[in-house]
Amino acid sequence: MSEPATMSVDTSKALPGATPARGPRWYTGRDAVMIYILIVFLLYAMITIPRFASPVTTGFLILDVIPTLLIAMPMTLIIITGEIDLSVASIAGLSSATLGMMWAGGSNIWLSMAVALVVGLLAGIFNGVLIAFVGLPSLAVTIGTLALFRGLALVVIGDNAVANFPKEITALASSKLGATGIPIMLIPVLVVVVIFGLILHQTAFGRGLYAMGYSKDAAHFVGINVGLSKFWLYLASGVVAAAAGIFWTLRYTSARSDNASGLELTVIAAVLLGGVSIFGGKGSIPGVLAGVLLIGSLNYALRLGRVSDVVLVSLTGLLLIASVIAPSISASITRWRHERRLRRQLSAPAEPSVTG
Amino acid sequence: MSAPAIGTLNNSPKQGGKSASAWLKLRELPVTVALVVLVVVTAVINPLFLSPQGMKDLLLNATIMMLLAAGQTMVIVTRNIDLSVGSILGLVAFGTGSIFAANPNMPIVLVVLIGMVFGAVLGSLNGLLTVWAKVPSLVITLGTLYVFRGLNNAWAGPKQHFAGDRPQAFGNLSVNTVLGMPIITLVAVIVVIILAIFMIGSRPGRDLYAIGSDPEAAKLFGINVSRRVFTAFLINGALAGLAGVLYASRFNAVGATTGSGLELDVVAAAVVGGVAIFGGSGTVIGATIGAILLNTITSSLTALRVDKFWQQAIVGVLIITAILIDRLASLRHAKNLREKEGRNV
Repeated sequence: MSEPATMSVDTSKALPGATPARGPRWYTGRDAVMIYILIVFLLYAMITIPRFASPVTTGFLILDVIPTLLIAMPMTLIIITGEIDLSVASIAGLSSATLGMMWAGGSNIWLSMAVALVVGLLAGIFNGVLIAFVGLPSLAVTIGTLALFRGLALVVIGDNAVANFPKEITALASSKLGATGIPIMLIPVLVVVVIFGLILHQTAFGRGLYAMGYSKDAAHFVGINVGLSKFWLYLASGVVAAAAGIFWTLRYTSARSDNASGLELTVIAAVLLGGVSIFGGKGSIPGVLAGVLLIGSLNYALRLGRVSDVVLVSLTGLLLIASVIAPSISASITRWRHERRLRRQLSAPAEPSVTG
Repeated sequence: MSAPAIGTLNNSPKQGGKSASAWLKLRELPVTVALVVLVVVTAVINPLFLSPQGMKDLLLNATIMMLLAAGQTMVIVTRNIDLSVGSILGLVAFGTGSIFAANPNMPIVLVVLIGMVFGAVLGSLNGLLTVWAKVPSLVITLGTLYVFRGLNNAWAGPKQHFAGDRPQAFGNLSVNTVLGMPIITLVAVIVVIILAIFMIGSRPGRDLYAIGSDPEAAKLFGINVSRRVFTAFLINGALAGLAGVLYASRFNAVGATTGSGLELDVVAAAVVGGVAIFGGSGTVIGATIGAILLNTITSSLTALRVDKFWQQAIVGVLIITAILIDRLASLRHAKNLREKEGRNV
């Protein structure tokens, strides 16, 4: 079908080397590479580290990454649009404090959890209004709300810690599916992951987010409501962060104002490691999933291997730097090879055309 | 008052009221007013607030943050950011403690120099990675935040250096005063003034603003963008190093976690001081006043007997207010420019 067209215009010789010889994108892309690295690492850890391939490991590993994994979902969408949300950990802290105070004040546990979620919703709306409708830069606004929401958590619960949550609820938060070691809580978390994956990859709204990440103006001109889309993302981020805060509280059976503090940078590191571009417009949920699991399992494996926590921190940073520099280097190598090929091609047929 | 007059006549902006409106347009104005109001109100309610001891505490608490905010401004003005300053400060502070523990007779000036060079090396690493790999500094410095912190952890382990290990003269830098100012504050003020003059008056300093306003245009204009951005990171690192040495003088213990979590406070101080987060505008002096304001608010809320749990929430509100004010000012500025352009046609 395309053959006559190329024949008639005679552009077929222009870029013979640029044919899709590398196959479809989905197994050579940045996110696919992350998944390979994750698989290789998991296999390596299972073979070399005793006790890694056990239900206990699976359980604790998953329980450890759940808060990061949850918050990473809306964060992925937000970063793809070219924005950022630094206030997520503070929202988690605020929802944790709210849950603790409601429960300590004698409310029903389910009501307390609902109120904590609503608090997260309101926090998300606050961010969303300032960023999407007032038009303030998200980096600056969420640095402000990072302080504000953490401050409100202090106002709500002060120095206190609430720990006497009902046993059956806290047990549910860390209970396992039979002997597999897989926590029951993974099921709702996976539902959240799938929902965000479908929204990003299967809906017009999701395509619109990529478009916004490339160019806000272009997205606006093709009819995407940029402001409203951003607003929904920050709202979702607030609710999910609050849910993560509730999980945190119940898992460690402790509601404190400083719960989950500093988690925002871990989440962002994991998201960027998963191949999401900080400029926006690039990234995928499977890649982020691999990024979160890689950081989580790496930390866990090294801890099992008696590597002290101190080195782990550095490793997260090195991974992050390597993950952003590697595409940069490979892009410059590709460009160099492309230019060399182009020069060679141009120099061969160019001579007769100049003389003739 | 003069604004309506200009608005109705407005054929020549040179006529009358220029100096007044120029003053009103200063980006540092809101934060300065806020600081003065805060200090006056607190002093009226609690006179002890402005006692010599109270002033000294205020200045001492703000010193470290002043240096960091001034350095951060240089970086933010070029449309970059350095999140690793807290980790740099921690490494240098622990290094200072280690030097004095090993050799208590080392001249203080030499230690300060070593600290600044150490900081500059770490900062230039940030600069190199940002410039060379063309990766946003937000990501790079988020990475080096962890790397430097990890190095600090590995180096220090559970160990801490206490003020007792350090020579008396070094600790006295934060106790003795000159002109009513603790010596470390005086050092910080001098450094800030030098940096402010560099940013306002020198060619490389102005280049930083050009880069932040429009990197492409700056490149076309012939500015070596990579070199200037690299220099900004290097100087910021050196200032973080100086802050680290002064930290070791001011505080008793330095260890593995010294300075962690400072980075966002520093950025907040710069934003409150009128530094635009996307580069191109803002001054070192503004950021420094922002740092003083954020530190003073904690002390003054304590002096006013406001529940301590409210303090951080108030800081958050302050940051958001500062961004809103900045937004309003830039909207008004854009509107003025549009009107002026319309008249010229």
